[in-house]
Amino acid sequence: MNKKYEAVIGLEVHAQLLTNTKIFCGCSTKFGNPPNSNVCPVCLGHPGVLPVLNKKVVEFSVLMGIAVNCRINEKSILARKNYFYPDLPKGYQISQYEKPICEHGYIFVDKSDGSQKKIRIKRIHMEEDAGKLIHDQGYDTFVDANRCGTPLIEIVTEPDINTPEEAYLYLNKIKQIVTYLGICDGNMEEGSLRCDANVSVRLKGEEKLGTKTEVKNMNSFRFVEKALEYEIERQIDILDSGGKIVQQTLLWNSDLNKIIPMRSKEEAHDYRYFPDPDLVPVVVDENWKSEIAKSLPELPDKRRTRFIQQYILPEYDAGVLTSSKQLADYYEDVIKETKNYKAASNWIMVDVLKIVNEEKIDIKDFRIPPQNLGKLINLIDNGIISGKIAKEIFLEMLRTGSDPEKIVKEKNLIQITDVDFINSTIDDVLNNNKSQVEEYLSGKEKVMGFLVGQIMKATKGKASPQMVNEILRSKLSSIKN
Amino acid sequence: MKVYKNYEEKYKLLKSGSLSLKENVQHFLNKIDKQKHLNAFNFVFEDSLEQAAKVEKKIKSGSAGKLAGMVIAVKDVLAVKDKPLTCSSNILKNFISIYTATAVQKLIDEDAIIIGKTNCDEFAMGSSNENSAFGPVKNPHDLQRVPGGSSGGSAAAVTSGLCDAALGTDTGGSIRQPAAFCGVYGLKPTYGRVSRYGLTAYASSFDSIGPFANNIEDIALILQVISGYDKKDSTSSTLAVENYSNLLEENPPNLKIGLPKEYFGKGLDLEINLTINNVVENLRGHGFSVSEISLPMTEYAIAAYYILTTAEASSNLARYDAVKYGYRSKQKGDLSDMYINSRSEAFGHEVKRRIMLGTYVLSAGYYDAYYGKAQKVRRLFKNDFDKAFQSVDIIITPTTPTTAFKIGEQTSDPLQMYLNDIYTTSANLAGIPGLNIPVGKDKKGLPIGMQLLANQFQETKLLQLAYYLQKSFFNR
Repeated sequence: MNKKYEAVIGLEVHAQLLTNTKIFCGCSTKFGNPPNSNVCPVCLGHPGVLPVLNKKVVEFSVLMGIAVNCRINEKSILARKNYFYPDLPKGYQISQYEKPICEHGYIFVDKSDGSQKKIRIKRIHMEEDAGKLIHDQGYDTFVDANRCGTPLIEIVTEPDINTPEEAYLYLNKIKQIVTYLGICDGNMEEGSLRCDANVSVRLKGEEKLGTKTEVKNMNSFRFVEKALEYEIERQIDILDSGGKIVQQTLLWNSDLNKIIPMRSKEEAHDYRYFPDPDLVPVVVDENWKSEIAKSLPELPDKRRTRFIQQYILPEYDAGVLTSSKQLADYYEDVIKETKNYKAASNWIMVDVLKIVNEEKIDIKDFRIPPQNLGKLINLIDNGIISGKIAKEIFLEMLRTGSDPEKIVKEKNLIQITDVDFINSTIDDVLNNNKSQVEEYLSGKEKVMGFLVGQIMKATKGKASPQMVNEILRSKLSSIKN
Repeated sequence: MKVYKNYEEKYKLLKSGSLSLKENVQHFLNKIDKQKHLNAFNFVFEDSLEQAAKVEKKIKSGSAGKLAGMVIAVKDVLAVKDKPLTCSSNILKNFISIYTATAVQKLIDEDAIIIGKTNCDEFAMGSSNENSAFGPVKNPHDLQRVPGGSSGGSAAAVTSGLCDAALGTDTGGSIRQPAAFCGVYGLKPTYGRVSRYGLTAYASSFDSIGPFANNIEDIALILQVISGYDKKDSTSSTLAVENYSNLLEENPPNLKIGLPKEYFGKGLDLEINLTINNVVENLRGHGFSVSEISLPMTEYAIAAYYILTTAEASSNLARYDAVKYGYRSKQKGDLSDMYINSRSEAFGHEVKRRIMLGTYVLSAGYYDAYYGKAQKVRRLFKNDFDKAFQSVDIIITPTTPTTAFKIGEQTSDPLQMYLNDIYTTSANLAGIPGLNIPVGKDKKGLPIGMQLLANQFQETKLLQLAYYLQKSFFNR
C-alpha cells in the first residue's frame, strides 16, 4: 500500500444462528431439505399471519453481545425494512434499526507484528434471512422459501479497521467467538457467515473520512483480504491521479479477481424503516441477562491464556490449539489420557492437523479418538514403542480407528530393550559391514547413520533407538582405541 | 319459522326441538339469495348445511359448545381454511386461505356455523363499502344509500336478518360506523383483546375484530368467545377475559357518564344531536351522573389516523407482489414491470391512494415530520382519554356526524369521506373499546347510532350500560 494513505474499513458480518426453528415461526431451519418444504403461512407471508419472536434468538444475540463486551439494551425494537424482491415474501424484512439488542462492544485482534488492535463493535442486531432464488431450471426463476425467516445477527464494527490483515483477523476472531458460543457454525463458504465492508482511504494524519464504497459478495476469508486489498489500491490510484471516489456498491468477483460495480438501480433504496407494529418491544431484564450469561462458555482469549499457564505451552501452540473450540476440546481430551502436554500439542499441530487440512475435514470428524492419541503418547513415554513406530501406529489408527495398545500387541511392535539382543545384532551388523566401519574409523562420522539404519532394519525398527545409539557408539570407540 | 330475539332464545328452541337448525340455516341461505341485490356477501358457504347437521346432533347429545347453532357471517378479510380470502380486492380474487383466523376458529370451536364471507371495502379501507372489487353494498334501510364501511356487508347482513350475527373489523370505525348506518349493535373491542391472527392487516396497531348483532346479549356472548390471549399474536393481551354475559344483567353501578364537547359541535347533524341528547337526558333522569368533559386532541384525530394507518398499510400491502399468489399482470416485462403492472392493475383507487400516502410519510426526510410526529400525537390521545376516564366511566358521543349518505355522493371527495370517521378514529388511536348502539331513526327513516367509549379492557361497562338502555328505553 502507498505509504501516504491509510485505509478506513468497517465490517458488517451476518451470522446465521443455529436455532432449531425460524425466528418468527415454528418451521425447521434444517439445511438441504427439498425447496419450499420448511415453510408455513407465516414465513410465506400469507394474508393475516403474524410473527412471533423465537426466544432462543434473543438468547443467542445476548450471548454474543456479552462475549464481545457489548451493552445489552434492556428494551430493543424490531423494525421493518421495506423493499420488494421475490425472495422476500412479506415485501419487508423484519430487522432492528433504532434500538438494536446490543451496542458499544469491542474485541482485540493479535497482529502478526505482535501488537494488539482494539476493534470497536457499534451494534449487533437480530433479523430474518430472505429466501433463495433458483435460476438454473430453464427460462424461469423460482423461489425457495426454506431460508425465509432463518435467524441472523448482524455485527457491525466502527470504522476501526485499517488494513486487510486486520479485517481478516477480525473476521477470524468473530468466527472463533460464534463457534465457541455454539450460536453459528461459522462457515463462510456455505454462507452461514457473510461479510460486507465499507471502505474509504484518506491521507495519513487526515481527520476527515474519505468517500466510502461498499464491497459485497466476499464469501471466503481469503476473498475478504483480496477484495479489500484490491479496493484500497483502486481508491488510492484514483486519488493519486487526482480523481474522486464515487460512493457506490461493489461486488467482488472471485473468478475475475476483481471488483465490479452493482447496477445503480439495485442500490437506490429508501428502506422506510419503522417499528414493526406486529411485535412488542424485546425486553431483556437483569434476571434474564444473568441467566444467559451463566451459559457463557470460556472464550478463546481466556482459554489460550489458560493453556499457556496450565499446560506450560508456548504462546504459538496455545494459539493454534485454541483457534477453534473443537480443536481445543480435542486437545484437552487427549491430555486427560497423558500428562505429556507438549507432546500432545506437537502431535496435534503436526500430525493431526496435517490430515485434517489435507482431507479438508472438521476436527470433530477426525477418525482417531483423543483418548487413543493420548495412549499412543504414553506408549512412547513409557519406552514401549519408538517415536518412529508411533508414526506407523498413528497411520494404522487412522486407517482402522483401532486402539494403539491393541495394534502394538497384535503387530508385535513392542520396542526391543534387551541389551544382549541389541549387542549381538550390532556385532552382526559391524561384522557384515567392515568397510563402512573402516571409513568411520578414518573419520567419516556420517557413516554412523548408515550403521544405525542397518541395525534398525535388522530389528524391523523395533530396537530402542536410544540404546542402539549408545551401544554402537561405545563399541566403535572401543574398536578405535 | 319460529322467531327468536336473541341466541339464548334460539338455543332453547333448538334444544327443545321446536326449531330445526338445518331448516334455520336453509332459511338464511334462501334469504341471502333473495336479498342478493344488497350485495352483502362475497361468498356463501353451502357446506354450512352439513355443519348444521353435525351441530344439531351435538345439541341433542348435550355436547354442544357455547354458540351451538348461532349462524355467523365473517368479513372477507378474515381467513377461513379452504375458503376464499379476497379482502374484496382483485389482487386476491382467486386466493384460498390455507388456515383459519383465531377469532373464527374460536367461533367454530363453540359450534357456531359460518355461513359465508361478507363484502367490505377493499382491504378494509373505506367508509361506505363502495371500494369493493365485488361492487358496493346497499343499505337495507334505503337501497340508494351506503351501509357504511368498511364492514358494510356484515352490518347489512345482520340488519336484514341474513344471519344471526357477524364479525367485522375496525381500524378507524369500520365496525361502529356501518353499525350506526344500518341500525345494529357493533363493538370494537380494546386493541389486543381479540387475537388478530388471520385478520388481513390494514393497519396492524389499529386493527380490531369485533361482533355485529341485533341485540347486546349476543354481542357479549360472541365477545366472550373470541377474546383472549393467543400465542400466535404477540400484541394480544394476557389479561383474563371477563364473563361478559353473566355480568350483563348487573345494574350499571353508578356509571358516570361524560359528554365530550368536541363531539357535539359543528358538522353534527341536528337530528342525531337531538336524539342522543334525549337518551342522555333519560339517563340523567334515571339517576346517572352526566357531565361535560373535554378531549382537546379530537381535532387532530383524522390527521394522525391517516398518517399512521397509511404508513402501516403501505408496508402491510407490500406482500401482494404477484410473486407467490394472487393476481399477476399478463403484460410482459422485467421484474420491476411485473410489480408495477400487477399492483397498478389489481389495486383499487383508495388502496393505491393510501399506499402512496403511507410510502410518502415513511420516506427519508419526511419520517420525522409525519410519522414521527403522528406517533407523538397518538400518545397524547391516550393521555387525553386517561385523563377523562379518571372522572367518568363511559363517554357518550354520536357514532357518525350524519346518517347514511347516498351511493356515489362522496366518492369524488376523499377528504369529505374521511370525515365520516371523525368520531370513531380516536378510539383506535387510543386502543380503547367503542360500541355503537342504535338509538332511533331520523325523518328519512335512517338509523341513528350512539357511541359508548370506555377505558381499555372496560368492555363490561359498555355492555352493561348498553343492556340497561336496551331494556329500559328501547324495550328490546
